Amino acid sequence: MEAAGKRHGLTRSIARHWQLYLIVVPPLLFFLIFKYYPMLNAVLAFKDYYVTKGIWDSPWVGFKNFELFFENPMFWTLVKNTLFISFYLLLAGFPIPIVLALMLNEVRSRKFKRAVQLVTFAPYFISTVVMVSIIMLFLAPRLGFVNVFLNRLGLDSVNFLGSPGMFSSIYVWSDIWQTAGYSAVIYLAALAAVDPTLYEAAKVDGASRFQKIVNVDLPGILPTVTILLILNVGSVMAIGFEKIYLLQNNLNIANSEIIATYVYRIGLLNANYSFATAVGLFNSVINLVLLFSVNALARRFSRSSIW
Amino acid sequence: MAAATRKIKESTGDRAFLFAVYAILTVVLVVVLYPLLYIISSSLSSPAAVSAGRVWLWPVDFSLKGYETLFHNPQVLTGYGNSLFYTAAGTLISVTLTVMLAYPLSRRTFAGRNALMMIVTFTMLFSGGLIPTYMVVKELGMIDSRWALLIPNAVWVWQVIIARSFFQSSILEELVEASDMDGCSDLRFMASVVLPLSKPILAVLLLMYAVGQWNAYFDALIYLKTADKFPLQLILRSIIIQNNSGNSIMDAMKQVERQQLAELLKYSLIVVATLPVLLIYPFVQRHFVQGMLVGSVKG
Repeated sequence: MEAAGKRHGLTRSIARHWQLYLIVVPPLLFFLIFKYYPMLNAVLAFKDYYVTKGIWDSPWVGFKNFELFFENPMFWTLVKNTLFISFYLLLAGFPIPIVLALMLNEVRSRKFKRAVQLVTFAPYFISTVVMVSIIMLFLAPRLGFVNVFLNRLGLDSVNFLGSPGMFSSIYVWSDIWQTAGYSAVIYLAALAAVDPTLYEAAKVDGASRFQKIVNVDLPGILPTVTILLILNVGSVMAIGFEKIYLLQNNLNIANSEIIATYVYRIGLLNANYSFATAVGLFNSVINLVLLFSVNALARRFSRSSIW
Repeated sequence: MAAATRKIKESTGDRAFLFAVYAILTVVLVVVLYPLLYIISSSLSSPAAVSAGRVWLWPVDFSLKGYETLFHNPQVLTGYGNSLFYTAAGTLISVTLTVMLAYPLSRRTFAGRNALMMIVTFTMLFSGGLIPTYMVVKELGMIDSRWALLIPNAVWVWQVIIARSFFQSSILEELVEASDMDGCSDLRFMASVVLPLSKPILAVLLLMYAVGQWNAYFDALIYLKTADKFPLQLILRSIIIQNNSGNSIMDAMKQVERQQLAELLKYSLIVVATLPVLLIYPFVQRHFVQGMLVGSVKG
């Protein structure tokens, strides 16, 4: 009786609010067509794709494409490059915004604080193409201002983008330059939410500024830090294609080819669809597994997790 | 009074610590600001000064030659026009779709909202990948069509989450119930109550989508083939990163002059491509921060 009444109420509510159900349809279709349909298309990874037959009628080949990838001499290079650049970025790029936020939080002059925030946040709005353009202009072997500067000091010019060994550093530090100010905002908000009585208590105890940071500020933002760390570790394999692809050249390719750029090259430029789909799928699956494991670990060792 | 007590209590160690903080932050300020200033100054210098590496901080032999050349370059003008179109049309489509999804998701009585939210957020965790997505776009006949830049990435999950939590916290359930009693339809309620109350979140959505669309190049790279549909970012890539500065206006000039101008042109292009975003930025930073925070509180 109760359930029937509820169901009746539900139908009535749907009938009454049919407009809401109607407007959800276009965005829902968007997700089905552009996000879920591609997931179905990913069966390509287990097929040998013939243009004439289309995805569904092309023959199944099981794990052949994956085996080809694992046996490929490029495999370890790709995994190594992807992981190296990601972990470098994580190790250098994750703590810096936290430190930046903690420092900004100490600043008493509002004007200075606002100026630093405004300026450090600005590069976030620079597009990837412009960012890479700036890097290339600054590091150009002959005219780039870094080399002009080195020459003034009596040092030889360095072909930065032509040295494979420098690729990851260029990528990581330009990324930090661009996003540290943006990422600091979230920690600043967390710091603003720390209970003020804790500061009073620290003051009464005669804590120094540094002790206050270690004992009040850091524990206060720990949940935020944990969540962002999970998200960051969970996406190490999903490192952005866009910037790396633009920074690549024939000289640095040994250290700059990552899984995402390889998929683009093999799949779209060489039209090897099935193989590239397999490589991409491998990447997505690893990523998903990583995200779940890190989240499980975090849930076990702290109270913060993303679900 | 409070300031006075603090001053007395401030120990030498604390003062040294604070001094170090200010010093480091000043260095950070300079490191971030200098490249930006350098680019702007270079773009305003003479071609000869730029290619001789004589610019350090301020413009040398002030000249607008770079900008003049740019505004006579048909490739750049077309790209600019295209980018304006993609940004305006794309933002309109994206914001509309996002609100159409986020508002019903925010209503507690909306049947199936949890399932729908799952469907939406799962796409953040897993995707079919580049090739399968490309094949869908191809199947829809969107390759080399302007639609390819407007539709396949129209809705960002993050924006849906932000908008939904805004609606949840600022459109009170009592308002909804009252409108229900009055027999006001949902669409009318949205138009006359929800949207006017949601200006801050609409601003966030609008700006984030607009900046994203203006700065995007990847979809154009993979979906577009014809140069006259290219957005500015692709033109930039061709001129600066691939160094294809060969255009008709410069052909008549001497080799040396041409090279100098090509170098200057790169700086002017960077400024012209970034200016629209950086100009509005100081006024909208607040909204961006707000948007990020709304999203993170919900987490």
